Amino acid sequence: MLDGLILKATMLVEMANSSQAAVAVTEATGTGLPWWAWPAMLLVTCFVLGIVAVMAGVGGGVLFVPIVGSFYPFHLDFVRGAGLIVALAGALAAGPGLLKANLANLRLALPVALIASTFSIVGAIVGLALPTDILQIALGVTITLIAILFIFSKNSEFPKVGEPDSVTKALKIGGSYYEPSAGKAVDWTVWRTPQGFFLFIAIGMVAGMFGLGAGWANVPVLNLLMGAPLKIAVGSSKFLLSITDTSAAWVYMNQGAVLPIIAVPSVVGIMIGSLVGVKLLAGAKPAFVRKLVIGMLLFAGIRSLLKGLGY
Amino acid sequence: MSGQARAEKQTSAKAAPSKQTKAVPKVDVPPEQLAYANLLLYCSWAGIGMLAVTFLIYMSGFFSPFIPASEMPMYWGMSAHEFLVETGAPIGWGWLGMLGYGDFVNLLGIAFLALLTIVGYLVLLLPAYLRKKDIAYASIVVVEILVLTLAASGVLAVGAH
Repeated sequence: MLDGLILKATMLVEMANSSQAAVAVTEATGTGLPWWAWPAMLLVTCFVLGIVAVMAGVGGGVLFVPIVGSFYPFHLDFVRGAGLIVALAGALAAGPGLLKANLANLRLALPVALIASTFSIVGAIVGLALPTDILQIALGVTITLIAILFIFSKNSEFPKVGEPDSVTKALKIGGSYYEPSAGKAVDWTVWRTPQGFFLFIAIGMVAGMFGLGAGWANVPVLNLLMGAPLKIAVGSSKFLLSITDTSAAWVYMNQGAVLPIIAVPSVVGIMIGSLVGVKLLAGAKPAFVRKLVIGMLLFAGIRSLLKGLGY
Repeated sequence: MSGQARAEKQTSAKAAPSKQTKAVPKVDVPPEQLAYANLLLYCSWAGIGMLAVTFLIYMSGFFSPFIPASEMPMYWGMSAHEFLVETGAPIGWGWLGMLGYGDFVNLLGIAFLALLTIVGYLVLLLPAYLRKKDIAYASIVVVEILVLTLAASGVLAVGAH
């Protein structure tokens, strides 16, 4: 069996290095790099993105799609498909800790996730049907706007919440979590729920269309509009991505837009990077990393925009 | 340090696997939420492990691939629609019939991760809300299962670009 494996490995190396097919595919990328260099570089890139994302307090998906989409030879369809799998895997792995600490709350996340996941299907269908250059332009504009949102958004740790609306009361949205800084459990509820639900229609569309994890949009809506404490907004946002991205991921997968050679190194790289990032958090300078991320997003957004415009 | 980054830092620490066993809830967490968390804890990492193992199988060439990895650069610059036309790769659940190929076996791990939410909703959340007679949330769970099942079914057609 070992002999068989070695033989197959030797054949693969032969194929990669000397066959006409290998030469043809090396030329196809237009870079002179052998085929295996791309998934290897993707793994390393995603490892770094995973570290940076954790330190900057953003999801990996929002960095993955614009950066890989702009600097790798992969079609945007496959990058978006991989982006959804990256965001899905990250959200699923983060979910247990958040749910157990009640930082992700099912009474808040379930109705919101239903809206976002429904419309992420619509976004995925539209995204896969749109011409690539239009999509590239729209992605460039969206990423640039996200970078600007990161610059100007000011979240509130404990927003002031007015009288809960009838939807909040009917769904009994609220809960409590342990706040270490106060040394006690903090009770919370939300308000302006119908307006928040309405905005999740757009968030779902954007998530599905561009394959982005939508934490960058979830958190401001949950926190600033609906009044959820920041930790609840962040925790519930991460968890609900596991539901929002599931529906869009299925659409991409069913349409052949998930290539394992792109998706798997990306997921593995980001997951390992996130684990390392959590370990490095204590010694990090988050303000600097956040500025770095904003710079990366602006650069990738503008590059995507120019690529879509044919420059 | 922005408030969100600080909150992310604390929630990331909560989400880190090494901390999960130490996260003792000091507040009332509904039992269905804990059960759902446990399902995700074991199954999400199992799915990610499955992805890594099947990818190694693909790269090792242990199962011959439908499209050799060395030829992928000829296809990954195409749109998904062009890729399907050029290669004759199946859409929808057709990949289940191609599991003998090293590249398609990777989709097992991806499908496993994408099925977790549906399974968790169906097996844990729906019975829990029905037991509590929480009709609003039972309804939300049922509709979500339908939405996700529709997405997973492959019946939603996408126009080519």
